[in-house]
Amino acid sequence: MEFHDPPISASQSAGIIGKLFCKFILKYLFLIGYICRNFTESSALLTRTHINYGVKGDVAVIRINSPNSKVNTLNKELHSEFIEVMNEIWASDQIRSAVLISSKPGCFIAGADINMLAACKTPQEVTQISQEAQRTFEKLEKSTKPVVAAISGSCLGGGLELAVSCQYRIATKDRKTVLGTPEVLLGILPGAGGTQRLPKMVGVPAAFDMMLTGRNIRADRAKKMGLVDQLVEPLGPGLKPPEERTIEYLEEVAITFAKGLADKKISPKRDKGLVEKLTAYAMTIPFVRQQVYKKVEEKVRKQTKGLYPAPLKIIDVVKTGIEQGSDAGYLSESQKFGELAMTKESKALMGLYHGQVLCKKNKFGAPQKDVKHLAILGAGLMGAGIAQVSVDKGLKTLLKDATLTGLGRGQQQVFKGLNDKVKKKALTSFERDSIFSNLTGQLDYQGFEKADMVIEAVFEDLSLKHRVLKEVEAVIPDHCVFASNTSALPISEIAAVSKRPEKVIGMHYFSPVDKMQLLEIITTEKTSKDTSASAVAVGLKQGKVIIVVKDGPGFYTTRCLAPMMSEVIRILQEGVDPKKLDSLTTSFGFPVGAATLVDEVGVDVAKHVAEDLGKAFGERFGGGNPELLTQMVSKGFLGRKSGKGFYIYQEGVKNKNLNSDMDSILASLKIPPKSEVSSDEDIQFRLVTSFVNEAVMCLQEGILATPAEGDIGAVFGLGFPPCLGGPFCFVDLYGAQKLVDRLKKYEAAYGKQFTPCQLLADHANSPNKKFYQ
Amino acid sequence: MTLVSGWLLYGWSIAVQTKTKKTLAKPNIRNIVVVDGVRTPFLLSGTSYKDLMPHDVARAALTGLLHRTSVPKEVVDYIIFGTVIQEVKTSNVAREAALGAGFSDKTPAHTVTMACISANQAMTTGVGLIASGQCDVVVAGGVELMSDIPIRHSRKMRKLMLDLNKAKSVGQRLSVISKFRLNFLAPELPAVAEFSTSETMGHSADRLAAAFAVSRLEQDEYALRSHSLAKKAQDEGLLSDVVPFKVPGKDTVTKDNGIRPSSLEQMAKLKPAFIRPYGTVTAANSSFLTDGASAMLIMAEEKALAMGYKPKAYLRDFMYVSQDPKDQLLLGPTYATPKVLEKAGLTMNDIDAFEFHEAFSGQILANFKAMDSDWFAQNYMGRKTKIGLPPLEKFNNWGGSLSLGHPFGATGCRLVMAAANRLRKEGGQYGLVAACAAGGQGHAMIVEAYPK
Repeated sequence: MEFHDPPISASQSAGIIGKLFCKFILKYLFLIGYICRNFTESSALLTRTHINYGVKGDVAVIRINSPNSKVNTLNKELHSEFIEVMNEIWASDQIRSAVLISSKPGCFIAGADINMLAACKTPQEVTQISQEAQRTFEKLEKSTKPVVAAISGSCLGGGLELAVSCQYRIATKDRKTVLGTPEVLLGILPGAGGTQRLPKMVGVPAAFDMMLTGRNIRADRAKKMGLVDQLVEPLGPGLKPPEERTIEYLEEVAITFAKGLADKKISPKRDKGLVEKLTAYAMTIPFVRQQVYKKVEEKVRKQTKGLYPAPLKIIDVVKTGIEQGSDAGYLSESQKFGELAMTKESKALMGLYHGQVLCKKNKFGAPQKDVKHLAILGAGLMGAGIAQVSVDKGLKTLLKDATLTGLGRGQQQVFKGLNDKVKKKALTSFERDSIFSNLTGQLDYQGFEKADMVIEAVFEDLSLKHRVLKEVEAVIPDHCVFASNTSALPISEIAAVSKRPEKVIGMHYFSPVDKMQLLEIITTEKTSKDTSASAVAVGLKQGKVIIVVKDGPGFYTTRCLAPMMSEVIRILQEGVDPKKLDSLTTSFGFPVGAATLVDEVGVDVAKHVAEDLGKAFGERFGGGNPELLTQMVSKGFLGRKSGKGFYIYQEGVKNKNLNSDMDSILASLKIPPKSEVSSDEDIQFRLVTSFVNEAVMCLQEGILATPAEGDIGAVFGLGFPPCLGGPFCFVDLYGAQKLVDRLKKYEAAYGKQFTPCQLLADHANSPNKKFYQ
Repeated sequence: MTLVSGWLLYGWSIAVQTKTKKTLAKPNIRNIVVVDGVRTPFLLSGTSYKDLMPHDVARAALTGLLHRTSVPKEVVDYIIFGTVIQEVKTSNVAREAALGAGFSDKTPAHTVTMACISANQAMTTGVGLIASGQCDVVVAGGVELMSDIPIRHSRKMRKLMLDLNKAKSVGQRLSVISKFRLNFLAPELPAVAEFSTSETMGHSADRLAAAFAVSRLEQDEYALRSHSLAKKAQDEGLLSDVVPFKVPGKDTVTKDNGIRPSSLEQMAKLKPAFIRPYGTVTAANSSFLTDGASAMLIMAEEKALAMGYKPKAYLRDFMYVSQDPKDQLLLGPTYATPKVLEKAGLTMNDIDAFEFHEAFSGQILANFKAMDSDWFAQNYMGRKTKIGLPPLEKFNNWGGSLSLGHPFGATGCRLVMAAANRLRKEGGQYGLVAACAAGGQGHAMIVEAYPK
């Protein structure tokens, strides 16, 4: 389950647009920012609450500052105030130009208010919202008084569409300043003229890249693309706090440019580079354009497998604008925007968005003591991965391993992770070195007396975990939390030998730790609230999306995966080719095929989990014969890490081939398929229903506290199709009754593994019952 | 010098008042004196010194010092020079220059580097050697030759050449050569940029000026003041530390050649040099790349007196500071000034001659604003109140680095000699020298006039 994020330059051709789209969904969902917010107060009638403006000389400075919020959101109130203000400016004889700026240092406008869309009942209502914004922005675009957008902080979605309607853009060159159109990640499209203006501004290929991936673009990159015209360097301390002065400086610079534009001393036109000119020229040739559309469409179809309607509609709308003119383009944009907002996919993605906002909060409150010193036991893939996401957040981290070789490998992994960021220019080499110096590698327990938290990531062996727990407890201070990064061993069993079980907790990270956003925190009956608060705080600091679940075999994520994996084995035993199985699962929306997933997780790990959970849950987790895994392990087919699993993995070889040595193992365990449940669709549903049923059972048993956490855990940790919104969202959207019917059909064929759980049955029986009301 | 606009009024003039302390002599600590100090004329790089090597210019400063002080060479216990961009062939430039200048080959010499405060480091290293009783007589100085800088082959090319060196057989050699690519030939230039942040100093200065809301006009006015005062000092013969230098094959150089008083109108025409198109730091309000060297004879007071010298000044308390190399790169003087004053038990009012290194007009003015801000003092310096502004009429009265030039490794000695000479000429007891340096470091030192 690896999610790559290669740097793709937007000026490159459309051919490379969008690495696996659904992967981006996962990767970027959390970057959108907090678009959604609720208004706790009604806007006053006489004074403006979101926007005010002052006049400096002949330049109007319009300041956006939504009350009671860290971010500015484009909603109806802000929109109408903006119209009022612009009308005053246009009417004033004194004013010759304007600067549009936010008073909030970290945010220009973070996007449109998605609750505004969620409140709409019909596509027409949504279309109308889009058309109103289109009209306003068109007027702004045609303003004879130049308007300069001064951008500091996030400028996303509707915020970017507003900015590109202005005559000039100046952005602060800092890490907080990002521009982008993340709408696609919510299953919609830029509905306020973005699909029409961006292609003209940055060129068709780059505009497609922006809108189809939803990626965030840093200010310097935006300048190169032509998305902004000038950059302003962030300032350090002066006579007031740096953030405050930087905004003020941005405003000063923007005012000089606004004046220059009004006096025609500065041209809003940008000098284009040779490549850009050539691209622009090529796009004037209809044949080339058709090829570009075709290519992009093919790519999108291949990557979305037809599961996400938004990208195709974006292409369609852009095409309409270019081929049939702006009027047709704007009309198409608003209509498709309305249609998309009503789709199941959009609802699923917005649900995930809300869920991840929820899972970015610490429901236990602030811990009594901040964790500043972290110790990690075991420098394997997981241990080093945890170290990597800790040191770059400023945590002093001790990484202990039993051997120098193991430790060295782990240190190298951390270094490589940081160095890769240097190659992508996300870090300077100096920052890398300074971050890396937060890491201390060692073979002993020196310094553990200062540790605020110890995370063990040693082998999944209970007696070993007991041994290190005892060793660690002998050296750590009283307040220190002991966290276990186990994927399946019950935390209460690990805590059994602890002198202070209230300080013991589970922190289940996912591999690769620096890419996978999920952290599953497991609390036992004895875990104290402060320990939980501490673990969540550390996880949030590490940038994780966090679900907190109760202890039990396999917790939530591993437990959901186990019956599905068992079914994978049965399907393979029934003679389905791993490649076919992979394609069936990916075409259902899983980012990684089921057989590949086993290889990635590790066959030995899968075997271990299957045995443990098989013992705990008995027949219900039966299905495929675990002997398959046992034989693979005995032959050394451990998956990617050993070079062979279901597939053969070779360094530098892109297309992996099936491991032909698996044929004899599969042949020896072959069982006859049951024709009534072996259609492609049935195979997909056997996998998905077993997953969903188990997830719902976790909620029924109280392992999960909320359906939202279940959805986030499944999507962010296990790659459950984002377009379905997670197992609970899927039940709501697909219908509990239909799922129960399917389960019963499979139960008839295979038995107990498919018996629908009580909670799911309840939902089927009363159609009004929904996990999300 | 006419008052051009508001900022010149910042300076408050104070009536001559009694000093907080009569002298900074401390019991049981050796008094350390500057017998005298000299420097070569500071020249725009690429002019008369352009064919020389750094040790040539350093040697000129050393011979000038020998001539000026008539110190017997064998008396010198130790020689220390500062330099920043090193000529690889003479990495211990102090030793090469000393040997060439005819110092005894028994006199050890070493070279120090601390960016723009390298010469300051050379002096204070000498102070340490004398104070601890290791030496009695030390020559400290500094040199920089920006006319020639070590431009290197790329790392890839260097590696290839080293591999080629090791290759024994023809086959091995051919295999090494076959790895050659044309881009290996791209040269590697030393940059006046921070290693840690990759930001050039001018860029940082422009941001610093913006952070303190220093305008372009203020910067141009300050630069004009520096040039005007330098011109005046040069014309009046006040720059007595300059010694003539007969450059082989060229005419004798007798004075600094970067002093160019211009007009505000002319200066306003220049485009920003670093943050384009709207920045405020320009070529006219920045110090220029300079060639030059300085040297100074430092002794234990009793030794100087025993040898019959009449010293110029005492070197008293000094202080090194360092801070964030990104956003506070050039604020060293702000941090160092209050600390060194407190250490010495003096106040701003006690100082009669301020000599601050002028890297950029914007840097000097940002330091002024920082020193004059309670908010900055409280939030960044851990002080209750601001230290206050140096009175402008006591500040860099004979020009500064903006006009006289700034050979990185040599400026420190120039500052100290300017303070010492000004105290003698203008009257006054205490001088304060302060400078910023790359790496976000800074230095300040108290110079006390030797009683006449």
